[in-house]
Amino acid sequence: MSADALLELRGVDVAYQRRGRAPVRAVLGASLAVRAGEIVGLVGESGCGKSTLGRAAVGLVAPTSGEVRFSGAVVAPIGRRARPVGVRRLQMVFQDPYASLNPRRKVGEQIADAVRLGSGGGVRADVALARVPELLERVGLSAQIAHRFPHEFSGGQCQRIAIARVLASDPRCIVADEPISALDASAQAQVANLLAAVAQQSGLGLLFISHDLSVVRKIAHRTAVMYLGRIVEVGPTDAVWSEPSHPYTRALIAAIPRPGAGSHLPTELPGDVPDPARPPSGCRFHPRCPVVMERCRTDDPPVVEVAPGWESLCLRSVGRDGP
Amino acid sequence: MTGEPLLEVENLTVRLRTARGIRRAVDGVSFAIREGEILGVAGESGSGKTITALALLGLLPLGARTSGSVRFAGTDLLTLRRRELQKVRGAQVSLVSQDPMTSLHPLLRIEVQMTEHVRAHLGFSQAQARERALEMLAAVRIPDPEQALASHPHQFSGGMRQRIAIAMALACEPRLLIADEPTTALDVTVQAGILALLDRLRRERGVSVLFITHDLGVLSSVADRICVLYGGRVAEHGATSVVLGTPRHPYTEGLMRALPGAALAGAAMTPIAGSPPSLDAMPAGCAFHPRCEWAVATCATRVPALRDVGDGRLLACDVDPLAPVPS
Repeated sequence: MSADALLELRGVDVAYQRRGRAPVRAVLGASLAVRAGEIVGLVGESGCGKSTLGRAAVGLVAPTSGEVRFSGAVVAPIGRRARPVGVRRLQMVFQDPYASLNPRRKVGEQIADAVRLGSGGGVRADVALARVPELLERVGLSAQIAHRFPHEFSGGQCQRIAIARVLASDPRCIVADEPISALDASAQAQVANLLAAVAQQSGLGLLFISHDLSVVRKIAHRTAVMYLGRIVEVGPTDAVWSEPSHPYTRALIAAIPRPGAGSHLPTELPGDVPDPARPPSGCRFHPRCPVVMERCRTDDPPVVEVAPGWESLCLRSVGRDGP
Repeated sequence: MTGEPLLEVENLTVRLRTARGIRRAVDGVSFAIREGEILGVAGESGSGKTITALALLGLLPLGARTSGSVRFAGTDLLTLRRRELQKVRGAQVSLVSQDPMTSLHPLLRIEVQMTEHVRAHLGFSQAQARERALEMLAAVRIPDPEQALASHPHQFSGGMRQRIAIAMALACEPRLLIADEPTTALDVTVQAGILALLDRLRRERGVSVLFITHDLGVLSSVADRICVLYGGRVAEHGATSVVLGTPRHPYTEGLMRALPGAALAGAAMTPIAGSPPSLDAMPAGCAFHPRCEWAVATCATRVPALRDVGDGRLLACDVDPLAPVPS
């Protein structure tokens, strides 16, 4: 996509093999780039393949075709061997902070472990521990909590600890998979703001995967929308929100309840996401599309450049003039 | 929408036994729901919203003690014996929970689960109950009801399961539906479908809904009135347009500002500092005072009384910093 991309996915396919049944192609031909200092939001309904895409981006699953590159190096699952030091600067934040922290190790020890592992083991244990207070303060926690255990904290606080541990390895790019959806209302905004602030301050790339479009709108520079394994629209967040080009993006945005007085019911998108093992022919969205045409049932939709840096996968999408 | 309230909760207090002693999870909560009305109960975890729902249905864990009154169609549910309560529960009042898998049995076909309680409560034959189940599945827009009856829960997506759970809850034609975070686990597109369904049910069948959620955005689109809970007490209560249009309790206002799509002027997703208190560390005075930017010394000692501040709104805040300036 571009030379300055920090994390780049090119034509990534991921298929899950199932015994005795057809494989599920969870991600199809996905291309996406995250630049330094850029926050990219990835949204879509559950089952659309956004988590699989995130896992492929950090090398937790292997693409069946296409490739993932981080700072020029190929990212691939490494099994039981240690991850090359260069790729350790690509880190992931998971959805459930309780599951991603070790319940039996003190918070400070876990963060110190990450300092040592991130550096390739060249840091002494006491030096690593000495960095813990600064890392905790960076995520808005008191340095005093280093000797406590994860179960003593709320979900939002645990997610901050998980973020501190990610920061310990001095990452250049973070992939966050639904990092706020398991948290309380007030903690959601806190953690989303924290991730965005950390990325901005240190010039990191951030791939923020979420089904919560409103949060992505607030923090992402660019937004990618996924439907049934395909990225159907990607572009600058403001543009995608104010004049979405793909009918699916329009349906998603219309379904968001708007808080405030004088509200009305959000718009329904009829039907369910089809079984990814038996995707519809032609455009995968055609059975639910409100503006479906005959050709959509048979033809693969083309990638239409709506404007520079803004693409839509729809027969109806047209290029727009000007900004 | 007029006349006597269908459900009238007065001064409901629930004491729970925790490892560190007896704690008040719900403390003097009152509200009422009229026929065909949707009342939204909003609050974060630990606000007492789920305990309130369970208390109404007599489903609290052993050792919980409840006081106050819960008058449903003239009867106080808290005074009923188990047998009598059983007749009300599931038939006249039913519950939809956040995770549909907790209300659906994973090993039984949908038909078995959807007809059992209809036969028990309404004395229907299996054929009649099956007919009712088909009708309800069609009402919640399950594409092929016949096929659905023969299926198991795992064969459906999350949104479909939640619709089946709602169909099940409606099968005995209850007058009141208690929905505890019914859309929290769902995608926005599916959520929009469930909200439209609840709205249709109250208009077409006059079903009343107690809608519990932490999502004010969801409530703004369906609820007629909103009751905001914090630390087991009512913080603010009034018509949806009033409470969300001009929030007056600092907590409600904070929740609105924390919303990413908030309609408040100049809003930029400002989170409320700190986190909700746990039952074992409930602050004295106003439970919200440690997180409140307007708190004064007395907030830490005196529990603010819930008072009528005009515009049909009840407010529990002595400082009242967001009161409209008289012109």
